[in-house]
Amino acid sequence: MGEAIVVTSGKGGVGKTTTSANIGTALAINGKKVCLVDGDIGLRNLDVMMGLENRIIYDLVDVIDGQCKLQQALIKDKRFEHLFLLPAKQTKDKSAVTVEQMDALIKELKQDFDYVIIDCPAGIEQGFKNAVSGADQAIVVTVPEPTAVRDADRVIGLLEKEKSTSPKLIINRIRYGMMKQGDMLDVDDVIQQLGIEIVGVVPDDERVIKASKDGEPIVMNHESRAALAYRNIARRILGEQVPLLNLEEKEGGFMTRMKKLFGMR
Amino acid sequence: MAGKSPHTANKWGWGDLRSMTNLKNYVTIKGTKDGLVFIMDDTCSLEELLAQLKEKIEHSHQQILSGPLIPITIKLGFRYLTKEQEQQLRDVISLKGNLVIKHIDSSVVSKQEALLDKLSSTIRVETGTVRSGQELRHMGDLLLLGDINPGGGVFCTGSIFVLGAIRGLAHAGCDGDEQAIIAASELRPTQLRIAEVISRPPDEWMDGSYEMEFAYLEDGQMSIDKMNQVHKIRADYWDKR
Repeated sequence: MGEAIVVTSGKGGVGKTTTSANIGTALAINGKKVCLVDGDIGLRNLDVMMGLENRIIYDLVDVIDGQCKLQQALIKDKRFEHLFLLPAKQTKDKSAVTVEQMDALIKELKQDFDYVIIDCPAGIEQGFKNAVSGADQAIVVTVPEPTAVRDADRVIGLLEKEKSTSPKLIINRIRYGMMKQGDMLDVDDVIQQLGIEIVGVVPDDERVIKASKDGEPIVMNHESRAALAYRNIARRILGEQVPLLNLEEKEGGFMTRMKKLFGMR
Repeated sequence: MAGKSPHTANKWGWGDLRSMTNLKNYVTIKGTKDGLVFIMDDTCSLEELLAQLKEKIEHSHQQILSGPLIPITIKLGFRYLTKEQEQQLRDVISLKGNLVIKHIDSSVVSKQEALLDKLSSTIRVETGTVRSGQELRHMGDLLLLGDINPGGGVFCTGSIFVLGAIRGLAHAGCDGDEQAIIAASELRPTQLRIAEVISRPPDEWMDGSYEMEFAYLEDGQMSIDKMNQVHKIRADYWDKR
C-alpha cells in the first residue's frame, strides 16, 4: 500500500504543478514507483510539463465514468520505467467528479504505486476538496509574497481540520539577494508564521521556465540549484535527514563575484 | 353577564374583590436610604401579583409613591421572569412616572443564563493557531496559546490574552466593554478593536519593540503599553468580577 500526497497552495501560480512534476520525477529517480495525478480537471497542465501531452488517449474522468480501465489511462513516462501520469480531462470541469469517486480512484492507485502525487487546482472549492480528500499527506507550496502566504495559511487551516497529519511546507522561488535586502519576505518569518514543518526551500531559477518549455522536469538538470532542492525534498519524503538548502551559495555565481569585486550590490 | 366569558368575569370580579379586602399581601414596599425596595411574593400567580402591584401604585399607596424621582429595587424571590413577563412588570411600574427601576433581583436564573455567567467569569484556554479565514468567538476572557495569523480573527466579550503573536484581528469587549484589554507576547496586529473603537496599528502606532505589550482604551483612544503597567491602568478590573 502506497502513500498519496497532495500538492496544494490556495493561490495560483506559485508552482504547484512544477513541484508535483519534480517531486514525482525525483522519487522515480530514487527507484520508487510513482503515479502523478492531475487534479486540475478542465485546466490540465501536468502532462505538458512532463512532455507527455501527445500520448494522452484516456483520462481521469474517463476512468471514473467507466469509459476505460485505469491501466489504459495511465501514461508511462518516456524517461523512467516506474513513473506514470494520470492526466485530467480538458473538456469537463471540476464538478465532473465527486469526492467519493476520487477517494476510490486514489485508493486503487495506492495498491499499485509507492507514491501517488496529486496536483491540486488553485482555490478552495470542489476541485480542492476532490484532490485533498483521498490524500494521506499534504504539501503546501507557497512563495515569499504576502498574498501567497495568506492563502497558504488559509489552506493549512482547512487541511488541519480535515486531516489528522499536519501538512508540510515548501517555500518556492526564493531570491536570496532580495530577501537579504529586505525586499522579499524572509523565509524564517514565513516559516514562523505558518508554523508547520518545512520540507524544502527552492531558490528561484530561470532554468525552471526553460525546462517547462522543453517538457523536461528541472530535476533532470544537474547544474540547477532548484533541481538539487527538489531532489532533497524527495529524499526527505523518503525519510532521510537532509539539511535545508543553503540559499546563500546561490549568490556565489560569477556575476555576483564580479560585482562584489567592483563594490556594486 | 351572560354575554361575557367566564375568564373576563373572573379577572375583574376576583381581582377587585381580593385587592379590596386584602386577603393576602403580595407586594411589600420598604423604604431604605437607597430608595424603595419592592418585595414580591413568589408563591402567588403573576396575574395576582401584577394586579395587586397596579392597585397599590395607582390607588392605595399614592402618598408614599409620589414626589421626586425614586430609585426602586424589585426583589422577586424565587420567581423567574421571562423577558416578556419582565416587560409587563416594568409597564406596571412605569404607570407612576417618578419610579425608576434600578435593579430587578431574582434568586433564580435559567440554565442558559447561568452558563453565560459561568463563561464570562472564567478564562477560557484555547490552543492552536487561528489561521487566515478562521474565527474564534467567546463569551468572557480568552487565553490563546498560539498565534493569530493575518486574515484570522478572535472576538471576545471580555479581554484577550495571547501567548504567541497577534498578526491578525483581535476584538475585545465586543459587547461594549471598554475596560477590556488585548495582550500578546508579540503585538503585530493588522487591526485591533476594543468595544466600538477600531485601530489600525501599522499606520497608527507600530513601534517595533519586541516586548510583551497590551492595548487598552483611554478616553476612547486606543493606547499601548508595556505589560508591567497593567496593574496601574486596570487596577481593579478583575477584582470586580
